Amino acid sequence: MRGREPFRIAVLLLIWGWIVLFVLLPNLLVVATSFLTRDDSRFISWQLTLDNYLRLVDPDYLGVFGHSFYMALVTTLLCLLVGYPFAYLLSRLRPSLKPYLLFLVIVPFWTNSLVRTYAMKLLISVNGLLNKLLLTLGWIDTPLRMLYSEGAVIAGLFYILLPFMILPLYAVFEQLRPELLEASRDLGAGRWRSFTRVVLPLTLPGIIAGSLLVLLPAVGMFYVADVLGGAKNLLIGNVIKSQFLDARDWPFGAAASLLLTVAMAVLLYAYYLSVNMIRRPDNDAELA
Amino acid sequence: MLNWLKYGYLSLVYLLLYLPIGVLLLYSFNASKNPYRWGGFSWHWYERLWQNTALIDAAANTLLLAISAATLSTLIGTLTAIALQRYRFRGKRFLNGMLFVVMMSPDIVLAISLLALFILVGVQLGFLSLLLAHVTFCLPFVVITVYARLSGFTPQILEAARDLGASEFRMVRTVLLPVISPALLAGWLLGFTLSLDDVVVSMFVTGPTFEILPLRIYSMVRLGIKPEVNALASVLLLLSLAALVGSQYLLTRNAPHTP
Repeated sequence: MRGREPFRIAVLLLIWGWIVLFVLLPNLLVVATSFLTRDDSRFISWQLTLDNYLRLVDPDYLGVFGHSFYMALVTTLLCLLVGYPFAYLLSRLRPSLKPYLLFLVIVPFWTNSLVRTYAMKLLISVNGLLNKLLLTLGWIDTPLRMLYSEGAVIAGLFYILLPFMILPLYAVFEQLRPELLEASRDLGAGRWRSFTRVVLPLTLPGIIAGSLLVLLPAVGMFYVADVLGGAKNLLIGNVIKSQFLDARDWPFGAAASLLLTVAMAVLLYAYYLSVNMIRRPDNDAELA
Repeated sequence: MLNWLKYGYLSLVYLLLYLPIGVLLLYSFNASKNPYRWGGFSWHWYERLWQNTALIDAAANTLLLAISAATLSTLIGTLTAIALQRYRFRGKRFLNGMLFVVMMSPDIVLAISLLALFILVGVQLGFLSLLLAHVTFCLPFVVITVYARLSGFTPQILEAARDLGASEFRMVRTVLLPVISPALLAGWLLGFTLSLDDVVVSMFVTGPTFEILPLRIYSMVRLGIKPEVNALASVLLLLSLAALVGSQYLLTRNAPHTP
């Protein structure tokens, strides 16, 4: 009787309708497209093939994918290196100060990333502020050509994605109880040992979550490579975009995007497994 | 000494986060035509923007799109959060999973899947396709915001309304909505910012008839650095900042009271 109320039915219909139409169906379409053949006039023709996947292992594309993952990986490591101590220090600040400083991390997180990429370009271009600063300091004699390089793409990705690393790390450091550190000190562990045996394992879920939040979007951000990288430093996102919008080879673009989705799913599953593994000792303690 | 190191490091990272934005804002007031030489303070580029009717049109389109997408996603997202919180129904886990997929999948994957749908169904690329796409990627964020607020809400109040004979719709409208209204506003503002900030999805589902600012900036930025872009980007930056400050204010000021 309660389940038959018209309002409830209308709500469920609306939600299911939206999710099926705009999430499930489009994703299935992409999967289907990746097995079809390219057609110049109608985008695709109904001819089943595995060609698109075979073309993905073409050395040219493999090179682009490898380079793309390499840049994303370096970005992730940089973010971790800078973000880990930062999140730790932030979590140990006075409670009155914390909300404001945390807000200052969130602001760039929510502002237009294209605008921030452009701001980065402004900063590191040949006549940009960074070069002027280095010249004034006398560290260099001629302006550096930083733009349109691998380093520029990594710098752009790092700049855009750093908050994605800091926020999950901050969350785990907030939960880390200082008594645990005191306990390990009392038991005679040195600084390094306390860190590797207590802090690192307890903050591992944050490290993994942050790394995924940086690594996964990084390979797709085609505009960062467009604005900062020039023609040689492409991301997987650039390949997919050019297949869909320029070359009009939808099936191949769909196959590349599916590869990206599968890689993402594997990483997320690995995350899920590792978090479960870390949580297990707690569960045991509760049962005991 | 250690304290000095601590605050020094924190400041350095903040400098890293804000220096490029600061430089951008500063240069947008640069009187000189040379984008790299400081020629004194001036509103010149903002005036140029104001005179550029194509840009004003694009800005109006952007606002129209962001407001519509935020409103629609708040409406659907709120209903979804209520359903997930209160109703038992088949496939709830699946629905949850789908929302998670939208949130986690790279923008570009979402973009091409929606483009494929619009082409197949025959939706003309323009305002409608942009709106549907923006609502879809805003949805999970609204759901999370509203769901969090609903979780801190005592169900007895709803039971009371029901015992007094209110229908489900009336109960939602007169009891539930007023209580969760700060979360609705916060969700709306988050949707507004997300829509304003999107480049990737818009790039794919846009049509020639409806130009929006982020894509306009994209095409200008690819070609090089022009002083107008600085002013335009600054305007967009301040718009998102205003929406963000508003949503944070609402979320922290009106945190749910748990008795």
